[in-house]
Amino acid sequence: MSGAFLKPPFENLERQHVAVSFGMWIFLGSEILLFAGLFAGYGVYRNLCPDGFLAAGRETDIVYGTINTAILMTSSLAIAVAGRAARAGFGKMAWRLLIATIVLGLLFLVLKGFEYREDIEKHLIPGAGFPLAQKGAQIFFTYYWVMTGVHAIHVTCGLIAVGRLAVAGRRNLAWLAGSASEDATALYWHLVDVIWIVLYPLLYLTGRAHG
Amino acid sequence: MSDVAHPAAPDHPATPGSAVPPDYLHDGHTLRSWLFTTDHKRIAILFALSITLFFFIGAIAISVVRLELVTPAGDLVSDDTYNKMFTLHGIVMVWFFLIPSIPATFGNFLLPLMIGAKDLAFPRINVLSWYLYVAGALLTVVTIIAGGVDTGWTFYVPYSTMFSNTAVLTAAMGVFVNGFSSVLTGVNFIATTHVLRAPGMTWFRLPLFVWAMYATSLVMVLATPVLAMTLLLIVVERWFDLPVFDASRGGDPLLFQHLFWFYSHPAVYIMVLPAMGVASELIACFARRRLFGYSFMVYALVAIAVIGFFVWGHHMFVSGQSPYANVVFSFLSFMVAVPSAIKVFNWTATLYRGSIGFDAPMLYAFGFLGLFTIGGLTGLFLATVPIDIHVTDTYFVVAHFHYIMVGGTVSAFFGALHFWWPKITGRLYPETLARIAAVLMFFGFNLTFFPQFVMGYLGMPRRYHVYPPEFQIYHVLSTSGAALLGVAYVMPLFYLIWSFRWGARAGANPWRAKGLEWQAPSPPPRDNFLTPPVVGEPYDYHPPEGPTAAEEQVA
Amino acid sequence: MDERRREIWIRPLLTWAALCVLLAATCALAYVPMGRANLAVSLAIAAAKAGLVGVVFMRLFENNPLNRLAAAAGPIWIFVMFLLLFSDYATR
Repeated sequence: MSGAFLKPPFENLERQHVAVSFGMWIFLGSEILLFAGLFAGYGVYRNLCPDGFLAAGRETDIVYGTINTAILMTSSLAIAVAGRAARAGFGKMAWRLLIATIVLGLLFLVLKGFEYREDIEKHLIPGAGFPLAQKGAQIFFTYYWVMTGVHAIHVTCGLIAVGRLAVAGRRNLAWLAGSASEDATALYWHLVDVIWIVLYPLLYLTGRAHG
Repeated sequence: MSDVAHPAAPDHPATPGSAVPPDYLHDGHTLRSWLFTTDHKRIAILFALSITLFFFIGAIAISVVRLELVTPAGDLVSDDTYNKMFTLHGIVMVWFFLIPSIPATFGNFLLPLMIGAKDLAFPRINVLSWYLYVAGALLTVVTIIAGGVDTGWTFYVPYSTMFSNTAVLTAAMGVFVNGFSSVLTGVNFIATTHVLRAPGMTWFRLPLFVWAMYATSLVMVLATPVLAMTLLLIVVERWFDLPVFDASRGGDPLLFQHLFWFYSHPAVYIMVLPAMGVASELIACFARRRLFGYSFMVYALVAIAVIGFFVWGHHMFVSGQSPYANVVFSFLSFMVAVPSAIKVFNWTATLYRGSIGFDAPMLYAFGFLGLFTIGGLTGLFLATVPIDIHVTDTYFVVAHFHYIMVGGTVSAFFGALHFWWPKITGRLYPETLARIAAVLMFFGFNLTFFPQFVMGYLGMPRRYHVYPPEFQIYHVLSTSGAALLGVAYVMPLFYLIWSFRWGARAGANPWRAKGLEWQAPSPPPRDNFLTPPVVGEPYDYHPPEGPTAAEEQVA
Repeated sequence: MDERRREIWIRPLLTWAALCVLLAATCALAYVPMGRANLAVSLAIAAAKAGLVGVVFMRLFENNPLNRLAAAAGPIWIFVMFLLLFSDYATR
């Protein structure tokens, strides 16, 4: 089975797997720093305008936020087991779990869309008509929109990558186990989950205990 | 050394029907075979052509600026045009020439060859990296067509988000997209260096050029995304009017500067670390010496890359940053001088008792060495808070970073171009013309930028198109130097194109150099090596029996 | 066959359960007034969850040690970034 998955310049499948997963890890390091640019601004402004941030944090919808966290964690579980199943030779099960991952990812985006609609109805877009007067509350919502927006773009990219796996894997179940793509895609999807795990307390848990 | 530099080596005859694979230049002739290539060597050529184009766009922009500055009055172009010209020069030269210059061309071409690999680890990502560069470059061209941008290359807020009425969005997005090109190149280089080294090529046998690429990639991967996010925040504030840095709505403009310099200071090391790698290769080869203090050179490269992340605040001494932070950043900036000095001393020590050949690449390497040293030492001036307060935003700063980026990096770029030209094209360049160009570049450079140190110290601010008449003499000197520099840049364009067609054939190793790349044919075939390369100690230029006087003295 | 299937599921499933418990905990603790400690607690729980995903789901300790090097780089660089950033903001 090895020959079919070997791509130049590699001469050995194991090396190729090492390279692909290591390459993906380096890329994930870069992705973390991308969000670090946002975390840094969030940290600075939360420090400069604590009242505005606490007040604004109470305005996000914790129900959507918590359910979406649980959904992404579950999708992470699905793709983690998919990889293990593929490597153990359960191709069909792996493929079904990829589909489950995609369904959960789409569900996340749909719920996020409902949440956005609610936010817009509550005028939670910085600018005229913004309901909170505290200094920094508008900046919190700039960060809310940018952080969740950039994250949603990542979810979309992840869905495309998992979708590619599912399409290619349907034709050839052995490919899921032999190709390094599965590993790399799963790593990317987990990172999307990890980023959301960090965004969740910043955006949804802020200020809940106060006022 | 000049006596052996150009042995009339016979070309390996590519007789039809023989088993010798075609070299990479002749492995397919269609446009498609170039645009959809995954060969690192062809991608290097694609990058080289694109950055050359942008180098000349940036050069034309600065020519307008330099001509305007010949007289104290603003008589050639309007102040708006002037602002757009220096901005275009900065954006194009930094992101579309210097950042990709050595890594994306020579790094791409040489990294696999130097470690004995067939290609980079992810060839398709490599070509994607070029397409991202092109996409970013096209956005920059759109910016120019849309009337240009006048924020300076630094995009400082609040001017860029609230006041400038020029094409800030496309300019920022161009740099944003181009950033991903850097990141992917960095990922590729790091993974390749880890997993594709030939058997026997241990970490401490790697040529310093490879180490330099590795250190550069580290900076590219970890710094570039922060810039990308910062530019995205500018777009958010400018386009969607969401408050981010706007002080009237609780924002802090200094946060922008922090985030911007978190990338843009390390970006200086993206530019100069590869130049250091090139200089190490050239100096060892043309001094016929093993590189002095190899392992210290490696540690110094990595140290510069890492400490380079800790110094960004020295761009903000007068911005309103806390005095305590000024002291911290000032101290850390001094720290980065230590590994830089180690490198300069080791290059110099390598020359000691060498049999030095003054071929064109070595002349460029000497240029690099001297100019980088001046740039580095004036960097210490600028890291000192009181002096920096005096010369902030003057031509002293302009001169300082041009000594690093142009004197250092561009000299090394041309040195690399001449040194590896026989490997890349299989042809020898005309040596005399090349030496003339190298010397001209050195003098042209100093004539352009040394007066800027003086006028900056005397108080001439940067980015002004009208200035008091007492500075005119320095500006005239600078502009005439720029003209010389222009000639020195254009000369290689002509004689290298000539030599590509009509130059003498180069053998596999015209310099008798030691890197693995010289064991491959010139130009190399698709898979680089005809026989597996033999890995030995790096820079094995002189026989090991008996230490030389230099080594005895140090020991 | 079923034995092997269970083996595949058991560790990820336990991890997922732990993640759910931590999610419930962080959500509940957010409503307990602890002043500035609220942020610290919620970030510590987030770090624990991220660690679980990294170690179990992303198999950080089963694969190549190189991956751990790459995984460490991001957090270390963020730490440096915050340290130096707040050397300004904390002393202004």
